[in-house]
Amino acid sequence: MSTWIPIGRLEDIPPLGARTVNTEEGDIAVFRTQDDQLFALFDRCPHKGGPLSMGIVHGKSVTCPLHNWVLDLEQGCAKAPDEGCVRHYPVKLEDGQVFLSLEKND
Amino acid sequence: MKERLVLIGNGMAGIRTLEELLELTPDKYNITVFGAEPYGNYNRILLSPVLAADKTIDEIMLNDWQWYRDQNITLHTGHDKSITHIDRIKRAVTTQDGLSVSYDRLIVATGSNPFMLPIPGSDLDGIIGFRDIHDVNTMLEATKNYKKAVVIGGGLLGLEAANGLMKQGMEVTVIHLMGTLMERQLDKPAALLLKKHLEEKGLNFLLDTQTDSILARNDGASQRVGAVKLQNGQIVEADLVVMAVGIRPNIALAQEAGLHCERGIVVNDTMQTFDPSIYAVGECVQHRGGLYGLVAPLFEQAKVCANHLAEMGYARYEGSITSTKLKVTGIDLFSAGNFHSDEQSEDIVYQDSQEGVYKKLCIRDNKIQGAVLYGDTIDGSWYFQLMKDQTDISDMRSNLLFGQAHLGDSGHGEADRVAMMTDDAEVCGCNGVCKGTITKAIVDKKLFTLDDVRSHTKASSSCGSCTALVEQIISSTLGGEYSDSPEHKPLCKCTDHPHDHVRRTILDQQLKTIPDVMHFMDWKQTDGCHICRPALNYYLLCAWNGDYQDSPESRFINERAHANIQKDGSYSVVPRMWGGITSPKELRAIADTAEKFEVKTLKVTGGQRIDLFGLSRHQLPEVWSDLSAAGLVSGHAYGKSLRTVKTCVGSEWCRFGTQDATTMGIKLEQLTWGSWMPHKFKMAVSGCPRNCSEATIKDFGVVAVDSGWELHIGGNGGIKVRVTDFLCKVSTEEEVLEYSGAFIQMYREEAHYLERTAPWLERVGLSHVKQRLVDNDEERKVLFERFKESQKSSQDDPWSERAKGHAQHQFNHLKTLGEAL
Repeated sequence: MSTWIPIGRLEDIPPLGARTVNTEEGDIAVFRTQDDQLFALFDRCPHKGGPLSMGIVHGKSVTCPLHNWVLDLEQGCAKAPDEGCVRHYPVKLEDGQVFLSLEKND
Repeated sequence: MKERLVLIGNGMAGIRTLEELLELTPDKYNITVFGAEPYGNYNRILLSPVLAADKTIDEIMLNDWQWYRDQNITLHTGHDKSITHIDRIKRAVTTQDGLSVSYDRLIVATGSNPFMLPIPGSDLDGIIGFRDIHDVNTMLEATKNYKKAVVIGGGLLGLEAANGLMKQGMEVTVIHLMGTLMERQLDKPAALLLKKHLEEKGLNFLLDTQTDSILARNDGASQRVGAVKLQNGQIVEADLVVMAVGIRPNIALAQEAGLHCERGIVVNDTMQTFDPSIYAVGECVQHRGGLYGLVAPLFEQAKVCANHLAEMGYARYEGSITSTKLKVTGIDLFSAGNFHSDEQSEDIVYQDSQEGVYKKLCIRDNKIQGAVLYGDTIDGSWYFQLMKDQTDISDMRSNLLFGQAHLGDSGHGEADRVAMMTDDAEVCGCNGVCKGTITKAIVDKKLFTLDDVRSHTKASSSCGSCTALVEQIISSTLGGEYSDSPEHKPLCKCTDHPHDHVRRTILDQQLKTIPDVMHFMDWKQTDGCHICRPALNYYLLCAWNGDYQDSPESRFINERAHANIQKDGSYSVVPRMWGGITSPKELRAIADTAEKFEVKTLKVTGGQRIDLFGLSRHQLPEVWSDLSAAGLVSGHAYGKSLRTVKTCVGSEWCRFGTQDATTMGIKLEQLTWGSWMPHKFKMAVSGCPRNCSEATIKDFGVVAVDSGWELHIGGNGGIKVRVTDFLCKVSTEEEVLEYSGAFIQMYREEAHYLERTAPWLERVGLSHVKQRLVDNDEERKVLFERFKESQKSSQDDPWSERAKGHAQHQFNHLKTLGEAL
């Protein structure tokens, strides 16, 4: 069973943007798409560790600010021909409240 | 019920059409393909390297059987399945062995056939064309048992065949009707160099020579070729004869079906034949009177045809300008357009026979209409670009022949002969990519475009200074490069519209938001990507100034955080130092801030300011709060905006100074700071012609002389060092300000996003800028007014706003769970 942690309100995250949640193991980036879907990835690009939360969000993807790798928000994997994945975490929205689970999905 | 689409011809043009179509609409059609050759789709361009044993057949396959299965395409291949009849009334095609398949839409992509000379003896064994895998296999088989080969035809294909056979150990003679080789691509001097070079490699040539007949071997019964008899009576021994005298569009099937044909199957700009349900693409097609046999035009045709088959219905094919490369290792040759001189044309020629270098540009009405390069082809793609864009070259005429590199090209300089480069020679210095890696990727990953190569190898994907080299490698591997010119190139993969078109539409249609633009212009991805969104944000900002609601989520992180992101995710901060002048109070504030926040590195920048490194984003508002207290504001060192105005000390102290350069610099910086631009923008003011502030490599440079100020534009000290062009001389400070503001506004309104002033100026020409800024006082004043108007909404210091609490979500965690776990 997932333990859902309330982390904030939907409006705290800008549309097509991201906010970070600081954990003991490092930052987790929580993304909000244009149509208010939420996704959470470990905030380190599999390429050179760039902070994905600072990237440009488009569709269900984010572009890393360091070298423009494009990662899929659902699975955390780089768009071909680049290769590499980053951990993704369950996130859900209930009555405007955003919940994150730290159960890792590798 | 899906519509039925039938494709006749399993070659590159036809299959590319299907690929484009499936991308647009994967489920619209039930697709059936007929191919006369017993293979999947392969890269016909690379048959020469297969013959020369540089590649294998497997390496040149583009679509294997699995691809057809994955796409649910029914594929019929082999001689029995070649189409013998099109019934246009019943809308059905029939194969050799009697299979009949109905269609709703039909694509004819039957390609072309080699033209075989109808001379006595041409039906003997051992006489072939050079067109498909079968021909190559026949040649390779012959090299095992025979010694002597004759190639009839000294054109591109003939020479590639001859080179391949020679590399396989045969003794090869090329017979050519004309007096020079490759007369359709080369003029006489270049052709002579080529002949000399190929003779040194071991080929024999008989020019001005006509073939009379082909004779059988002298051993009685044999039906195999033994020699070629020339019209002057001479006999040349031959165990293999390759006819490479030209190709003919394969139109027999279309003609029999009653489709209108001339030299090829006649199509309109939508690739439709005279029968509206039948389309045609590729080498069998005649479009606006022209026939095409190169990959770039065929792919353009495929794209247009797919667009109409998908019933999107807006794309048009308007013909192509093509360029040629010879795929023979060690030979650098480039040819494009019409290079034959006439009364209206002027030639610019460079010739160094000793070094084997020859360059000729044919100019008409100040535009390049043709180019022939031999030995040094690095600038081929640049000339081709200028030719396709019909750029007015009068401003660069005197330097044109020395190439783009002459304008300065750090990193590559002289050693740019692609064919001479070894496989381990580094091409892309940013990402450490060697030539061999690129050529291997082009073949293995089946790449055709610069974009493909960039994404697969990373070559030319960072600073871009090696782009010309990479394009050269693509064309020497594939025999021609396939990339659009910037005028026509789509802004990004989300749209088909080029930059200028998008900007015009924003103004014409009064589009005020990014979603409005995307919706009106049919963007393919609903919220675009990291390439188009920042561009659109800038275009809208420039068009509507203060009326536009900026979209931070469409800006690159640096412009959102107002600091420079570094490799470890930390930030650096550069306060503005007006005209490079500072004070003890400012320096003390910087020193205090650096100590308080434990700044890792303090660095003096090239723009005469101080950079504080290693700050986390959480610290930024506090840092700015301290700096603001001392009167320091953002230096915009992170933005596509005005960076610095570098100055020398000028007449205030310098014994050589003629004018007060620092005061001028400060006034310029105060006028222009905060302005968002297509790319970063740097200025400098020097107090005398000794030019200590290096003003002639800046976007806008001011050099003081005794009688006033010289203004220089379009310089760059970065990837490509480019010295400024002289704009004009003015006498007062007010004029310097007016010209600078007007120039910036013109750049803001005309350049493509991420285009520095240097390439922009080369694209539009110095005359164009002079016309609007120097020759036309009225226009300059209007531009300057527009610039000042736009500055009203851009000169707010972003740091003090954020120090006071604006946009804190950028700098804070949403939540901290660290201790809780």
